Amino acid sequence: MPRDTAPRTEHAAPRAPKHGLRNSDTRWGLIAVTLHWGVALAVFALFALGLWMTSLGYYDPWYKKGPDIHRAVGVLVFLTMVLRLAWRAGDRAPTPIASHKPWERKAAHIAHGLLYFGLFSVMISGYLISTADGRGVSVFGWFDVPPTLTAIPKQEDIAGAMHLWLAVAVIAVALAHGLAALKHHFIDKDDTLKRMLARTSSNS
Amino acid sequence: MKRLILASLMTLTVAFTATKDAQAADYVIDTNGAHASILFRVSHLGYSWLHGSFNDFSGTFSYDADNPKASKVSVTIDVTSVDTNHAERDKHLKGGDFFDVSKYPEATFVSTGLSMNADGTAQLNGDFTLRGVTKPIAIDVTKIGEGKDPWGGYRAGFRGTTKITMADYGMTFNLGPSATQAELTLNVEGVRQ
Repeated sequence: MPRDTAPRTEHAAPRAPKHGLRNSDTRWGLIAVTLHWGVALAVFALFALGLWMTSLGYYDPWYKKGPDIHRAVGVLVFLTMVLRLAWRAGDRAPTPIASHKPWERKAAHIAHGLLYFGLFSVMISGYLISTADGRGVSVFGWFDVPPTLTAIPKQEDIAGAMHLWLAVAVIAVALAHGLAALKHHFIDKDDTLKRMLARTSSNS
Repeated sequence: MKRLILASLMTLTVAFTATKDAQAADYVIDTNGAHASILFRVSHLGYSWLHGSFNDFSGTFSYDADNPKASKVSVTIDVTSVDTNHAERDKHLKGGDFFDVSKYPEATFVSTGLSMNADGTAQLNGDFTLRGVTKPIAIDVTKIGEGKDPWGGYRAGFRGTTKITMADYGMTFNLGPSATQAELTLNVEGVRQ
């Protein structure tokens, strides 16, 4: 009997299970996908919360609650990002999409690098505001992050300015990053966005 | 530094022209030895006193025990040195809701006159500039003492108190009905020049 002659797809067969936790050649695994969207959601929420909470009056019940949540979630995002870096280093990235042009790949690498660098800078500068006087940062009362650097003159002001402007920059790059993903999805009709939704053409 | 020299020169000039008494003396406020402090307190919700200070300032005064009415005082405060022992609060105070130090990094007091009270205390009048607004204020002054120090110098020290209504200087952030004013205490020791 003839062997299976079913037509093969254009994509190479993935070397990992289609719906795996780990990355494959053709898509991001569920761990990377969850980390990506989880952090994205948290970052946009923290940005909105940060702007709103600093507009509140002294007698607003959220005057204290807002910053408490903002600091605590910020610390948790920091820990998540450290985990994410470790995961990124420990697992392979999918093979770059063949139809991506060289300038697109370069722009993507730059944008992703800016996002990683920007996010860590935002979180560290935020931490340096609250710890400038030697106080720790309480994370929902579960644990405190101790102060480290406290000796910079006007530390809370310098860190504060950096925190705000870096946050705006991160959001701007993130929006560009998102628009680029939509361009790839709707205009180029390639797998860029699908991969970060743990899907590829062969199984979407 | 320039400001200090200018203030001293101005004080010297005015002191010489204002008084005929040769014992009028000029003093530099001893910030080098930190024997002076600018403290304030504001009511917190009506439940307690919140204390703070301005750690960096400089000033001079001319004073003659025989003619106190001719006294002159000039102080410049670095508002960015505000310190309430809480980084986030200090950051908020330095921001636009309160001192707005990026626009108004300094506050000044220049005296315009002094009058003696019957009990030996005095009222020092002068122009106080904070957050870009200048208003006349009166400081209740008590002389603590004066005399030689063990290291070859001569010192005179005072304590002054006054109240500032924050809205007068453009600070309208609502801290509640009990917290409309800041009470200032100025502890000053000058080294005679």
